[in-house]
Amino acid sequence: MGIFQMTKTVLRNLAGGPATRQYPAVPARSCSLTRGHIVFDPSSCRSCSLCVKRCPCEAIRLDKEAKVWEIDRMRCIACGDCVEGCPFGSLTMEQSYHPPVTEHVVERYTITYVKPERPAKKPAEESTKEEGVGESA
Amino acid sequence: MPERIIVPFGPQHPVLPEPIHIDLVLEDENVVDAIPSIGYIHRGLEQLVQKREYTEYVYVAERICGICSFIHALCYCQGVEHIMKIEVPDRARYLRTIWSEYSRIHSHLLWLGLFADGMGFENLFMRSWQLRESVLDVLEDTTGGRVIQGSCKVGGVRRDIGQEKLDEIHRSLDLFDQQCRGLGDVFLNDDTVKYRLKGLGVISKDEAYDLGAAGPTARGSGVAMDHRETGYAAYGDLGFKPVVETTGDCYARCAVRVKEVYASIDLIRRAIEEMPEGPIDVKVKGTPDGEYFSRAEQPRGEVIHYLKGDGSKHLARARIRTPTLANIPPLVKMLPGIQLADVPIVVLSIDPCIGCMER
Repeated sequence: MGIFQMTKTVLRNLAGGPATRQYPAVPARSCSLTRGHIVFDPSSCRSCSLCVKRCPCEAIRLDKEAKVWEIDRMRCIACGDCVEGCPFGSLTMEQSYHPPVTEHVVERYTITYVKPERPAKKPAEESTKEEGVGESA
Repeated sequence: MPERIIVPFGPQHPVLPEPIHIDLVLEDENVVDAIPSIGYIHRGLEQLVQKREYTEYVYVAERICGICSFIHALCYCQGVEHIMKIEVPDRARYLRTIWSEYSRIHSHLLWLGLFADGMGFENLFMRSWQLRESVLDVLEDTTGGRVIQGSCKVGGVRRDIGQEKLDEIHRSLDLFDQQCRGLGDVFLNDDTVKYRLKGLGVISKDEAYDLGAAGPTARGSGVAMDHRETGYAAYGDLGFKPVVETTGDCYARCAVRVKEVYASIDLIRRAIEEMPEGPIDVKVKGTPDGEYFSRAEQPRGEVIHYLKGDGSKHLARARIRTPTLANIPPLVKMLPGIQLADVPIVVLSIDPCIGCMER
């Protein structure tokens, strides 16, 4: 008959310990694809502003003249579109989630990339840039 | 004749995860009429289509609902692809099917848990959600997001699943199937559940059809309507038969969902076995110009995205008809004649997703 159907499962669960983990004392489960938060590398950014164009929620701002790159973590939805679109690998997706904050702060980075002055490298760079721009259009 | 009183049900109620308000007209303990009112969490997402580019709106479409997120994105992408005459690669169609079915399983397990909680069967609630966690783990491993997958895009999908991972999922399905059947057995055969659900909130086949019921609410009454039969994504290749029950009560709607979980596991298994090789997306050029009614089967029923493009990079109009909205008239029909204490269970039995409904 249909009574005590759950007994076996209940006994197994009693012996098996909790199914959840004590986050944040124990880190959350993540895998190689987990979209946690965006990390910016100011030393390789060439201010092409593709990330700004691709961002669907206008979380990224770039001031080309002042060489300032900003991200608003409260707007960012960690979709990873900017990471896919960055032709220079300046943006990466980290697996850990961004810690909660109590104040609305826009993270600001000063771009430290300096264009190399070796003339031999110049044409190669330009061609990669053009390719990147072509993809976005 | 007893005096009639009106008892407000919701918008804040222990069984409701989201706000809907129903005025229940009672005679003693019996419901004689129900007047629903909606509009608590309208967000204006349809209007947003004019401000976001058509490729960016996928993210918005995905956030209409936290449970059927992938299928909303899929339905939207299908619509835009049809307008722009884009042929999606086979592998992308199969991947979309796998993720859709995983979304369906996780939605049904979530609902089964909530339903058990509504009945007061706490152990069953926790067991359902424990199983759901393993589905979310697979979704995270393959897409990077537990609930918001972000994997569908106009022209295909953004991520591929490697053969190794596919084999791993295929192997894990056997154990998962066994666990789900153990859980489903309780829902279908346990006396406590049967006493609580049988003969409650009955709606006949004709009434369900006339009132435009969708999804498990319609199929629980014997209306064999499932949009997957039309063969969008890879359902046409895999072949699909809708799960139908005939009694039209809460137990039938519960049984449809339990059996749909089994059917989804079977679909995923076959999709992995028949997965074709090849690219996962095509390059999208141009802008949508034209209109289309895109339809897909969500866990709760059929969703319709009406999309209209005017040749610019923003769509001119998006109109979304979600299954919960279609299921409100049948709900109003189910409520009269039952007791006040049964109202939470009957309201839950249509699986109301108010976030979807009000967009």
